[in-house]
Amino acid sequence: MKTFNEIGAYVLLMFQAFKRPDKGRVFRRQLMMDFEALGTNSLGLIIILSLFFGAIIAIQMAYNIDNPMIPLKTIGFSTRQMMIVEFAPTIMSLILAGKVGSSIASEIGSMRVTEQIDALEVMGINPANYLILPKITASMIYNPILMVFSIVVGIFGGWLAMIVTGLSSSVAFIEGVRSWYDPFTVTYAIIKTLVFAFIIASVSGYKGYTVKGGSVEVGKASTQAVVYSSILIIVFDLILTQMLLT
Amino acid sequence: MIELLNISKSFAGQKVLNDISTVFDKGKTNLIIGQSGSGKTVLMKCCIGLLDIDEGIINFDELCFSDLSIKKKRTTRKKMGVLFQGGALFDSFTVEENVMFPLNMFTTMSLEEKLDRVNYVLKKVNLVNANHKYPSEISGGMTKRVAIARAIALNPQYLFCDEPNSGLDPKTAEVIDALISDLTHEFQMTTVVNTHDMNSVLQIGQKIAFLYQGDLWWEGDKDEILKTDNKELNDFVFSTELTRRIK
Ligand SMILES: Nc1ncnc2c1ncn2[C@@H]1O[C@H](COP(=O)(O)OP(=O)(O)OP(=O)(O)O)[C@@H](O)[C@H]1O
Ligand SMILES: [Mg+2]
Repeated sequence: MKTFNEIGAYVLLMFQAFKRPDKGRVFRRQLMMDFEALGTNSLGLIIILSLFFGAIIAIQMAYNIDNPMIPLKTIGFSTRQMMIVEFAPTIMSLILAGKVGSSIASEIGSMRVTEQIDALEVMGINPANYLILPKITASMIYNPILMVFSIVVGIFGGWLAMIVTGLSSSVAFIEGVRSWYDPFTVTYAIIKTLVFAFIIASVSGYKGYTVKGGSVEVGKASTQAVVYSSILIIVFDLILTQMLLT
Repeated sequence: MIELLNISKSFAGQKVLNDISTVFDKGKTNLIIGQSGSGKTVLMKCCIGLLDIDEGIINFDELCFSDLSIKKKRTTRKKMGVLFQGGALFDSFTVEENVMFPLNMFTTMSLEEKLDRVNYVLKKVNLVNANHKYPSEISGGMTKRVAIARAIALNPQYLFCDEPNSGLDPKTAEVIDALISDLTHEFQMTTVVNTHDMNSVLQIGQKIAFLYQGDLWWEGDKDEILKTDNKELNDFVFSTELTRRIK
């Protein structure tokens, strides 16, 4: 029952958030601030993680295909494929759920407990629209960009690992990266990233917006934001994979 | 003019406001007084629609505010200025940006006009040279004054102040009271002030409503309050040694 109430409250809040902003200029300024807070500030983390992840996939593949029947270019192919279909969209979103989700929930939550949201409300502003919509928009625009970075850097990481360890030649790896390319995998990755970006920003926004109490509850809400968005991301990963790839 | 008719409000079965009817007049400073926990803040939040009332009607002049949809309530709220008990400044904005915020949202003024207005209201509350400070960098009393400046930035028709001078030194408290009173008369606002400070009551109490455990116990003005023989009100008014001796 409680779950149903929460889903209902979440949907209602999203209806409030998805209204035309009162002032376009103010919305754009909020958006710019959120680009920086939610996107640019995550770029470094995503690059480092993707670099290492790409390297690790490539090395593991190299050890696993210790069989002369399997061509060496499989390493490059698998690294690319893993980065595009799973790491860049899903694992990266899970990491962002932790980083961005908790920051959205605690920012909005502390505004709630210090009556800043009430102050917006009594000025005649729609707080959900003012606070949550820019964050959802910023995430849905920036996360696909982060995803592209992640793919490129991950493949580069794999290539670098092959050069350094000598497990495969540069030529074979690059040939692998260029083999059996299906453009739909990128579309699939973008769709997933967009859905996950929406989940992260909206669920964390909801959790922060509905905080009641004080700073302890803000902490709890930001933990819950991470837990709920992570679970939803994995569930939707399964649903979308089933829908799009079969 | 704001009219309250038979307002009741409970939280989880506990009655906080009990059948309250009163009128807050235009161009007057209307005070709600009472002990801590008597329901002043709840009554004010009901008036501005942040809390839904269980029963009763709230009229803003000719408009039945309590029956409006959230969207229409927001339109009406553009004519209100509200000062929260804790100030509720936006902590990611500077003092100047805080005061400018309503101007950004609801006017088409140029930046210079907005800055003029911001500096004008900041001067009214006696705050200069703090424009670029963040709320975490200013004192409690300054926070209150910035919040008042923000509340009056748009020349509201209705002004609500929840304990505008609690936590201020007596001198600044008096300045704030005088300011609220001046603004009320100058712009003919309907002003509602929550307070438990007897100095304010005697200084600006043109109309006083005394809340006692959720009931509207007594109404009158600052002259009548000293002569009343209402026991609970007397206990409240003459609660300190000093006032008892003077009496
Ligand atoms: N959101 C709420 N949920 C439950 N009870 C509440 C809520 N808000 C206020 N109350 C209760 O209502 C009563 C009146 O509270 P209120 O904040 O109006 O007091 P007040 O007169 O403003 O006191 P103070 O002078 O200390 O600010 C208190 O007993 C409080 O516990
Ligand atoms: Mg109060």
